[in-house]
Amino acid sequence: MPKRIAYKIEIESISILDEHANFDESLGAGTLRDDEAVFLYEQMTIVRHYDEIAFKLQRSGRMGTYPQNKGQEAAAAGAGFAIKKHAPGSWLVPCYRENLALFLNGLPMEKILLHWMGDERGNQIPDGVNILPISIPIGTHPLHASGLAWSLKYRERVMKEARDNSVVISFFGDGASSEGDVHEAMNFASALKLPAIFLCQNNRWAISVPISKQMGSETVVQKACAYGMHGVQADGNDIFAMYKVTRDAIERASNDMKPTFIEAVTYRLGDHTTADDARRYRDPKEVEAWFNKDPLIRTRKYLEKKNLWSADKQTALEAKAKEMVSQIVKNAEGIAKPTSDDIFDYTFATLPDEIIRQRDTMHTHSLGQNPSQETLNAHTHAGAR
Amino acid sequence: MAELTLVQAINLALTQEMESDERVLILGEDVGKNGGVFRVTEGLQQRFGEDRVVDTPLAESGIMGSAIGLAMGGLRPIAEIQFEGFLGPAYDQLTNHAARYRTRSRGAVTIPLTVRVPVGGGIHAPELHSDSPEVIYAHTPGLKVVMPSNPYDAKGLLISAIRDPDPVVYFEPKRIYRAFRQEVPEDEYTVEIGKARIVEEGSDLTLITWGATTLQCIEAMDNLPEDLSVELIDLRTIYPYDLDTIVESVNKTGRCVIACEAPKTGSMAAEIATAIQEHCFLRLQAPIQRVTGFDTVMPYYKLEMQYLPDAKRIGEGVMACAGY
Ligand SMILES: Cc1ncc(C[n+]2csc(CCOP(=O)(O)OP(=O)(O)O)c2C)c(N)n1
Ligand SMILES: [Mg+2]
Repeated sequence: MPKRIAYKIEIESISILDEHANFDESLGAGTLRDDEAVFLYEQMTIVRHYDEIAFKLQRSGRMGTYPQNKGQEAAAAGAGFAIKKHAPGSWLVPCYRENLALFLNGLPMEKILLHWMGDERGNQIPDGVNILPISIPIGTHPLHASGLAWSLKYRERVMKEARDNSVVISFFGDGASSEGDVHEAMNFASALKLPAIFLCQNNRWAISVPISKQMGSETVVQKACAYGMHGVQADGNDIFAMYKVTRDAIERASNDMKPTFIEAVTYRLGDHTTADDARRYRDPKEVEAWFNKDPLIRTRKYLEKKNLWSADKQTALEAKAKEMVSQIVKNAEGIAKPTSDDIFDYTFATLPDEIIRQRDTMHTHSLGQNPSQETLNAHTHAGAR
Repeated sequence: MAELTLVQAINLALTQEMESDERVLILGEDVGKNGGVFRVTEGLQQRFGEDRVVDTPLAESGIMGSAIGLAMGGLRPIAEIQFEGFLGPAYDQLTNHAARYRTRSRGAVTIPLTVRVPVGGGIHAPELHSDSPEVIYAHTPGLKVVMPSNPYDAKGLLISAIRDPDPVVYFEPKRIYRAFRQEVPEDEYTVEIGKARIVEEGSDLTLITWGATTLQCIEAMDNLPEDLSVELIDLRTIYPYDLDTIVESVNKTGRCVIACEAPKTGSMAAEIATAIQEHCFLRLQAPIQRVTGFDTVMPYYKLEMQYLPDAKRIGEGVMACAGY
């Protein structure tokens, strides 16, 4: 028998608005309308400012560790907007580098600040907003996305509930794609045919580990294809490409009950977090080259070319961003301190007696918790004997 | 003798063991060029090369499982897990394999593996960067668990861990990574696994602790009445812990307080209290007191200092026990 090819895949890579602000008319047709492009440019500018202020808050001791989103706003913008427009009510299962996708889908902006200010109320998502809290253990949450997608399918099929266009989108990084859980999530979504979207922001670094050491494969997306899932690569700094591939993924999930993997090729312009110093391990030339691919720059150029933007509008936008973010910071910092009861009260729906005892005494030495214990009262405060 | 921080003492132990034994290698996330997120492995990749200090893909199960294979292959791997919360994905490999191979193979396959893990709260870190899960691993038959509280012990215990023929989880209290310096001999020395240290001798009450809480205990003792003589024991090894030293001390004092960061129920403090009750029952003059974290999820940092046992709470526990 002659050799035959057992399997072959080809993966498309989509770019519509390139780094020189050249726009591919054929691929770009029917993607974002002018007003939508303007809206997303404004949103990206606002979150860029938000990011800078968050950085400053950390540096001045007003906030803990913070992971800047700088340079990756377009991936969050394009994908988040596609969800908002075509699949509102979908579940978003984030890590921490897609703030804008969350904001576009209803997360109040002070929540993210509160989270990094060491306050769990930053994770208390308002009713009706289908967004999970930031996930700290890397690459573990895409499985929750598969489970949520399964629940959507179940509710539709078994409970006959209308799903509308709802899907589940999870966000994670190139480093996260090395975790076994991510692979289990992809396999589940593919094997069980779930309406899930896996959005990997490949920013080429996982803290200090470059993509070349993270994996032996050329792309991240080819791994998803190995699970039998549709996969596509997109320029992650291009709002049009990100919008398009996400919209296509929503359609695939909605019409065919099939998952999609999107690899958004982007770059982390800042340090990993405020606790990191990327100069220790990154070539400044590489960083500089990516500064030229900044999504904000190319989007602005595009809008200017089309006479949709002007210096005046820019000035007004910057003023608006400043005012907005300063109000958000005020909201986040103005919240009353959590009380120590908050440590205990969310452990279970009904607190066991022992936890109530610990809460009410805040003393963990055993006598402090049970002062009625026999003979204690007679002898306490007898000093040091 | 140089005055070193805990981080520097660990780095020195790693350097010396790598220098003297080619079988020793380090693997983990960001341990290479970046020197680890806490800089514990700073300079080691430059010195020993990329074959011996390896930046792995981001996968704790991968790190732990392949470290097991490296150990089986005759090497002495030192795996770094970036924070104790990320032992999660490695749990299966660590507890179901590393801990069991010797028993499973009737001694034919052994796993001389060291797992270095920053542990504990107090540094204002995000979620899953501040927990104290030592008892989970102490409760796993086949694992040794250690936690130094000072630079001298850090170096000696790490060398013991690396040379140990069995898997050792070496917890590093991150809160005191750079909190103070101590004289650390340049020469190699070991601190025996399984031996506690009497930090201060005393006759009225035994205070037992480990890790960063040792410092809170010392602070608490500074504020106790002059005539209360407290014996402070730093456990150093969580498993197999030094029962002899504890029993001897409690038999002398008749009173005992145990302080640690971990949640109270089922903590190592519970185990030690039980053992004391078994061995010192007739000498006890007061119920053993525990001053610990709570049976809750470790709170985010706005509330973490209320969760962690501090000098005040420990002092109150000591006074309640002493006054009983
Ligand atoms: C399970 C787990 N292991 C390790 C870490 C520590 N850590 C936090 S972020 C990170 C790198 C993540 O890289 P990537 O997935 O590429 O996302 P990026 O930060 O680049 O957006 C690491 C190792 C963690 N949070 N969780
Ligand atoms: Mg990355």
